[in-house]
Amino acid sequence: MLGKSPDDGFIKMASPALQLDNVSVRLSGHLIVDSVSFSVSAGGIGCLLGASGCGKTTLLRAIAGFEPVSTGEILLDGAVVSSPSRALDIEKRHVGMVFQDHSLFPHISVAENIAFGIQTLSSQMREARVKELAGLLEISGLLDAFPHRLSGGQQQRVAIARALAPRPEVLLLDEPFSSLDVELRETLAREIRLVLKQEGITAMLVSHNQFEAFAMADEIGVVKSGRLLQWDNAFNLYHTPASLAVADFIGEGVLVDGQMIGKNAVETELGIIDTREIENFNLPDTKEISLLLRPDDVFHDDASPIKARIVEKAFRGAVFLYTLELESGTRVLSLAPSHHDHDIGEPMGIRLDVEHLVAFPKLPLA
Amino acid sequence: MRPWPLSLIALSLILATPIFVVLSSVFFPAGDIWTHLFETVLARYISNSFALMIGVSIGVLALGVLPAWLVTAYRFPGSKVFEWALLLPLAIPAYIIAYTYTGMLDVAGPLQSNLRDAFGWSYGEYWFPEIRSLGGAIAMLSLVFYPYVYLLARAAFAGQSGSVMEAARSLGCSQRSAFFRVALPLARPAIVVGLSICLMETLADYGTVQYFGISTFTTGIYRTWNGLGSTVAAAQLAALLLGFVFILVSIESWSRKQAQFFNTGSHSWPSPAVPIVGGRLFIAYLVCGIPVSLGFVVPLIQLSIWASITSDSIMTADFAGYLFNSLTLAAITSAAALILALFIAYGRRLYPTQLSSAAARVLSLGYALPGTVVAIGVLVPFAWLDNRVSAFMVARFDFNTGLLLSGTAFILVFAYLVRFLPIAMNTVDAGLTKIRPSMDEAGRSMGLGPMTILRRVHMPIMRGSLATALLLVFVDVLKELPATLLLRPFNFNTLAIRTYELANEERLADAAGPALTIVLASLIPVILLSRSLERAKDVPSVGEKP
Repeated sequence: MLGKSPDDGFIKMASPALQLDNVSVRLSGHLIVDSVSFSVSAGGIGCLLGASGCGKTTLLRAIAGFEPVSTGEILLDGAVVSSPSRALDIEKRHVGMVFQDHSLFPHISVAENIAFGIQTLSSQMREARVKELAGLLEISGLLDAFPHRLSGGQQQRVAIARALAPRPEVLLLDEPFSSLDVELRETLAREIRLVLKQEGITAMLVSHNQFEAFAMADEIGVVKSGRLLQWDNAFNLYHTPASLAVADFIGEGVLVDGQMIGKNAVETELGIIDTREIENFNLPDTKEISLLLRPDDVFHDDASPIKARIVEKAFRGAVFLYTLELESGTRVLSLAPSHHDHDIGEPMGIRLDVEHLVAFPKLPLA
Repeated sequence: MRPWPLSLIALSLILATPIFVVLSSVFFPAGDIWTHLFETVLARYISNSFALMIGVSIGVLALGVLPAWLVTAYRFPGSKVFEWALLLPLAIPAYIIAYTYTGMLDVAGPLQSNLRDAFGWSYGEYWFPEIRSLGGAIAMLSLVFYPYVYLLARAAFAGQSGSVMEAARSLGCSQRSAFFRVALPLARPAIVVGLSICLMETLADYGTVQYFGISTFTTGIYRTWNGLGSTVAAAQLAALLLGFVFILVSIESWSRKQAQFFNTGSHSWPSPAVPIVGGRLFIAYLVCGIPVSLGFVVPLIQLSIWASITSDSIMTADFAGYLFNSLTLAAITSAAALILALFIAYGRRLYPTQLSSAAARVLSLGYALPGTVVAIGVLVPFAWLDNRVSAFMVARFDFNTGLLLSGTAFILVFAYLVRFLPIAMNTVDAGLTKIRPSMDEAGRSMGLGPMTILRRVHMPIMRGSLATALLLVFVDVLKELPATLLLRPFNFNTLAIRTYELANEERLADAAGPALTIVLASLIPVILLSRSLERAKDVPSVGEKP
C-alpha cells in the first residue's frame, strides 16, 4: 500500500501483514503451488478457495512453515520468513494455526489447551487471557471439560481460542468448518469473522466452500492446479470473474453465444444487450463471444416475446431455480420468486436484465 | 437356554477352575507352614518381587520408549530395520537369556577369563558385577520384555495425528518440547499397557529368578509345594500372587480405555519423519542398537557358538525324544485351542448374550496367570478327582486306577489351554470381526445356505487369523517352563525342561542345543508380528503378543 505522509512528504511503505511473492512449493518432485503472489493487509481476512487437491492447503502449510518453498518469498509483517534458501522455524513465526480436524490435545482440559501456547506468561495473566478468549468464543462453560466430550462446533471454538491465545501475527485456518454440519457452518463463519474483526486479527483461511468463503473473508483467491487465478472480493469474483475457470467455480451460470454488433451492443438468442447501460464490463476483442449468464440475469416476464421451455426446476424456498431450454437447444438458468410456480414442460417468458456483463472470447467447438 | 451358549458357559467355568481353586484356598487352614512362611520368607518374596517389578519398570521404559520415538518421528539410515529389529528379543524366553549371560559373564566365562589373561589378575583380586543377583535378573527380564513397551509406544506414536504435533509447533514448541508436552503424554496410556504386560511377565517368571537364586512368589510356590509338601500353603501364596496380577490386569484394561480417549482423530496424516544427521546419529544408533544387540544379537551368537561346539552331543536320540514331546504337546494344545476359540467366537456371534460375553471375559483372564499359579490351580482339582475315582474303583472293583489324569500329559494340555486359549481367542475374534454381519446377510440374500457361506465367505477371510492363532499357541507351549515343570508326567522331558535341567547342572554349553531350537521357533511369530507392524496403528491387542 502506498501512502503519503502529510508531515514529511516521504513515501512510506506500510508492509502488509502477510505477503507472498511468486511462491512455488514442490513436494517430492511435484509442483503443488505454482508462482503465487498476493497480500493481506493488517486486520484483513483472506481466503484461498479451490477444489480439493488444488494446492491451497499446501500453500497455507508453507505460510505456517510446515512446508519449504522452492521459489519466491513469504513475508510476515515485512520480514522474510520463507525463501528457498532459509526458513524460519515454525515456533518462531508467531502464526496461529487452526487445523481441519481441530487437533485439540486430548490429554488436557479445554482451559489447558487454550493456555498451551502462553506458558511464558504469569499464571494470573494466563488465566485472564483464557477467560477473555473463552468469553469471546462463548465457551466459558466448557473450560474444565476434556476435548472428547465436546461437539464439533465446540471443538472448533476451542481450537480458535487456543490459536489466538499467543496473539499471533496471522491466524491460519485450514478448512475450519468442513467437519461441521452444513447449517452450522455459515453461522459459525460469520461469528468467527466478528471475533477476528473485534480483535483486529489478520487471518487467512482455506476452503472449498464458496459460501463459507463469502461469509468469512474480505478477499478471496481462487486456486486451481496450484495457480492463483484471481484475488478479489466476493462481489467481484462473482460478477466480474477474470477467467472462465473462475466463473465456472464461483456461483451458478451458463455460457451463451453472442455476437458483437458494432461497439456497443451484443446480440444473443435472448435479445440484444446495450453495453452503454452497463457500468462495469470488459469485452474481448473478438466478434464472436461467450457470455456468462447468472440465474439472476435472466428474468421471468410473461410479457416477453422470448419463450423458453422449463426442463428442470428446483425449489429453493423463496425462489425457484428454473433450467430453461431455448428453441435452439441452449439452456439457461433463471431465478423466479416461488409464487411463479410453473410445471416442467411449460413455456415461460423470459428477458435479460444484465447488470454485469461477463464475456470471454468464444470457445472453439470441442 | 440353547445348548451352544450353555456349553460356552460350562467351558468357561471348567477353564476358570484353577482361578477359583487358587482363590478359595485362602479359606482353608494351612497350619504351621503358613506361620513358618510368614515368619521366615514371605517378607522376602514380597520385597524381592517388588524390587524386581520396580527395576524392570525402569529397565523396560528406558529400553523401549525412546527407540519407539526415534523410529517413528525421525528418519536415519537403518531406521526401518530398527523398527522391526527392536522386536527380536521377544523371541528369547527370559530363562534362556539368563542362562546365556550367566555362561558369558560368570567367573569361568569367556569375558572374565579373557580379562584375567589380559591383565594377569587372578580370581578374587578384581571386582566384577555378579550376574546372579537381583540386578542381574532385572537386566535379563528388561532385555527380553522391553519390546512390549516398545511395541505399544511405537503404535501410539505412529497413530498420533501429525497435526497435533504441528499444532504444538505452531503454539511455540520446539520438536523436543513438543515430545515432552504432547507426544509422550498422549502415548502414556499405551505405554502403561505395555508396562503392565511386562510386569505380569515379570511376576510370572520362574526360570530366571530360580536360576539366579532370588526368592520370589513363583520360586516360593514351587518350594512350598515341592520342598515343604504343602499344596494349600502353595495355593495361598499363588492367591496372593494372583492379587497382584489382578491389580495389573485392571491397570492394563483401564489404560486401554484411556488410550481410546487419547485418540487424535483418524482422518489425519502422520507427522513427516525428521532426518537425523551428524553427531546425533551416533546417539540414535546407541539408543536403538543397545536393546537389539544385548537382547538378541549377543545371546544368539553365544548360543550358536555353544551349539556348534556341542553339536555332536545335540543330535542324539534323547534330543529327538524331547523334540517329539515338545512338538506333540504344542500341536495338540494349539489344535485344541483353535477349535475351542472357534467354538467360543461363533457361539458369541450366533447367540450374543451378556452371559456369553461374560464367559468369554472370564476365559480371557488366563493370559495374565503365571504358569506356577495355573499349575497349582490345575493340580489340586485333578488330584482330588483322581483320588475320588481311584477310591471308587478300589471299593467297587478292587482296582487302583492311580493318578488317572494328573499323572499324564492330559493335565499339561489342560493347563496350557487355561493359559494360552485367550491368545487363540483374541486372534480368532480379530479375524471374525472382519466378517461383518451384513456379509452373511448379503450371502443369504443371494440364496447361499449357511454352510456355503461358511465355506465361501468365512473360511477364506479367516484363514490367516486361524493360522496365526495356531502358530502363537504352538510357540508359547514350546517356550513354557514353570507349569510344565510342575505338572509333567514322571520322566517326561521337553525342550524347555531339558534346557532348564542342563542349565541347573551348569552344563550351559550343552543347553544351547534345545535353547537355540526354542529361540528359532519363537522367531517365527515375532517376524509375523513385525510384518503386521506397518498396518497396525491401533493399540495392539493381547492376541498379538507372541
